[in-house]
Amino acid sequence: MLLEVQDLHVEFTSRDGLVNAVNGVSYAVDAGQTLAVLGESGSGKSVTAQAIMGILDSPPGRISKGKILFRGEDLLTMGREARRRIRGEKMAMIFQDALSSLNPVLPVGYQLGEMFRVHRGASRKESKAAAIELMERVRIPAARERVGDYPHQFSGGMRQRIMIAMALALEPDLIIADEPTTALDVTVQAQVMDLLSELQQEYRMGLILITHDLGVVADAADVIAVMYAGKIVEHAPVDALYKRPAHPYTKGLLESIPRLDRKGQDLYAIKGLPPNLARIPPGCSFHPRCPIARDRCAVDVPPLYEVAPDRSSACHYWKETIGD
Amino acid sequence: MTEALLEVRDLVKHFPLTQGILFQRQVGAVQAVDGVSFTLAPGETLGVVGESGCGKSTVAKLVMSLEKPTAGEIFYKGEDITRLSGRALKAVRRNIQMVFQDPYTSLNPRMTVGDIIGEPYEIHPEAAPKGDRRRRVRELLDVVGLNPEYINRYPHQFSGGQRQRIGIARGLALNPEIIVADEPVSALDVSVQAQVVNLLDRLQNEFGLSYIVIAHDLSIVRHISDRIAVMYLGKIVETGTETQIYDHPTHPYTQALLSAVPVPDPEQSALRERIILTGDVPSPANPPSGCRFRTRCWKAQDLCARVEPPLTVPAPFPDPATGAHHPSACHFAEEKQHVSGA
Repeated sequence: MLLEVQDLHVEFTSRDGLVNAVNGVSYAVDAGQTLAVLGESGSGKSVTAQAIMGILDSPPGRISKGKILFRGEDLLTMGREARRRIRGEKMAMIFQDALSSLNPVLPVGYQLGEMFRVHRGASRKESKAAAIELMERVRIPAARERVGDYPHQFSGGMRQRIMIAMALALEPDLIIADEPTTALDVTVQAQVMDLLSELQQEYRMGLILITHDLGVVADAADVIAVMYAGKIVEHAPVDALYKRPAHPYTKGLLESIPRLDRKGQDLYAIKGLPPNLARIPPGCSFHPRCPIARDRCAVDVPPLYEVAPDRSSACHYWKETIGD
Repeated sequence: MTEALLEVRDLVKHFPLTQGILFQRQVGAVQAVDGVSFTLAPGETLGVVGESGCGKSTVAKLVMSLEKPTAGEIFYKGEDITRLSGRALKAVRRNIQMVFQDPYTSLNPRMTVGDIIGEPYEIHPEAAPKGDRRRRVRELLDVVGLNPEYINRYPHQFSGGQRQRIGIARGLALNPEIIVADEPVSALDVSVQAQVVNLLDRLQNEFGLSYIVIAHDLSIVRHISDRIAVMYLGKIVETGTETQIYDHPTHPYTQALLSAVPVPDPEQSALRERIILTGDVPSPANPPSGCRFRTRCWKAQDLCARVEPPLTVPAPFPDPATGAHHPSACHFAEEKQHVSGA
């Protein structure tokens, strides 16, 4: 297995007290596989990614429990230098907002070349040539002329492709993409997602795709982990999850998508709001919003029940949910 | 069709580009909106879709009279509001209200919810007598599904979805006839978006409102709109009823836009035909000659660079009974089905 997250807990200290952003998350990604982590704001999907990359703001953040195994080696116990070499060389991250992730006062070619200078000890000339090649790889037109341009001179879609180029520079084994297309227009989003999955297949990389968009997930992912209030509530192969969701939250999300045959009717809406992470409801954290919650749900924390050999659901009544 | 409540004719808005500090001279213009016409009937929802920079938000500002158009007319009940000013303009504005995209920046953090929703009454005191305003605000809170007891709270004490409800309540305060909603749900969490869409729907039925909904989420636009206008670089490229646009699109841009929307169903997603456009939207300061979409269009020919296609029903679709019979600004309009997942 390329990457395995085991029972990860992350907490933040804040004015409201201890905030449990991630409460026992486990997932795994293999080479060439795409895992989509789906969740709303505050579900802990980005915090988990930051913990894997080792870029968690700490303090106030702290990994209080768990393991992150990269090719069997625990990233959390290894030394700083060893970890730094893995980050960048072996795993890379693509952020949502390319404009704020690129340095505005340096040419993009210089920033792309930096990867080779820092990690590979390349000269300026070599790194510039490598930067041009990368820009061509991600289909920036006239790469040779534009290598000296600054981030603001590129469009949003091109900046995101430069971010992808930067992540790919050292041919990492794992890429974490945190909402890579959320800031882009739909026609450009389609271009960027296509490019990303094409390159992923070519290099046989593992991809963790963090998103809130059920449509993007259906197009790109192999496996989905749905997160709610810092926990994985459902974990399943894409087709199975869309066809028969086994958790009321997933089911609610899928049903709230406007559909042709329900035009003119009310949309299904999950009642209430996502919980405050400093005051996560007891028992199942989704129970105050759940249409099938019973008394037990307010007390018993549901474990991840095995629904099928490759899928699981954290709902006491998953049989009922999946059944109808 | 019933008589139009609002009619927009050949609306143009160019923002000048200037050079020099002391002696500014105009060196060009951003052609944000360039000849847009549409109508809005009472109780109807018009959806305006398009990518960033297509001019959809500028259209909203023009309709709200927040910007003066460079040319063109906006008729509200037969009266051209672009020529109005002072008291007459104020009277019209009362009937056209706006709901903004970002509920975090469109509410004043130093004002209580009661003051925010009640502020329109300060500007239009004739709308409600002073003694009655608090009661009206409580009523509005109830209408949008918030606890009337929250009247003295501040915006930061609410979630995004609740704030959007406050913004909607403010828009309703003066009993307007038209509400212009610029991306009303795009800043909200997925599970909360449906709640707000349902609220907008309910309010429309309850108060007989007309909506102009500007959005980039095509599936939500489809759900709430009766008619749709697709914009590209300051122009409407295709317009028609919801079924005409989604099931029988004839303009290549509409087809590409629909096919690019990710479908939340892996089976469907594998079946449909995808059109991936190359390149980015050109700058509105320097739009292409002829058809503005030709630089990204797979059907473009010499004609497209020379002659701008008019927004009329294309000749190949003369039968009004077919779905493809609706205005589309393309020389080579062709019907394409099954591109939409929405």
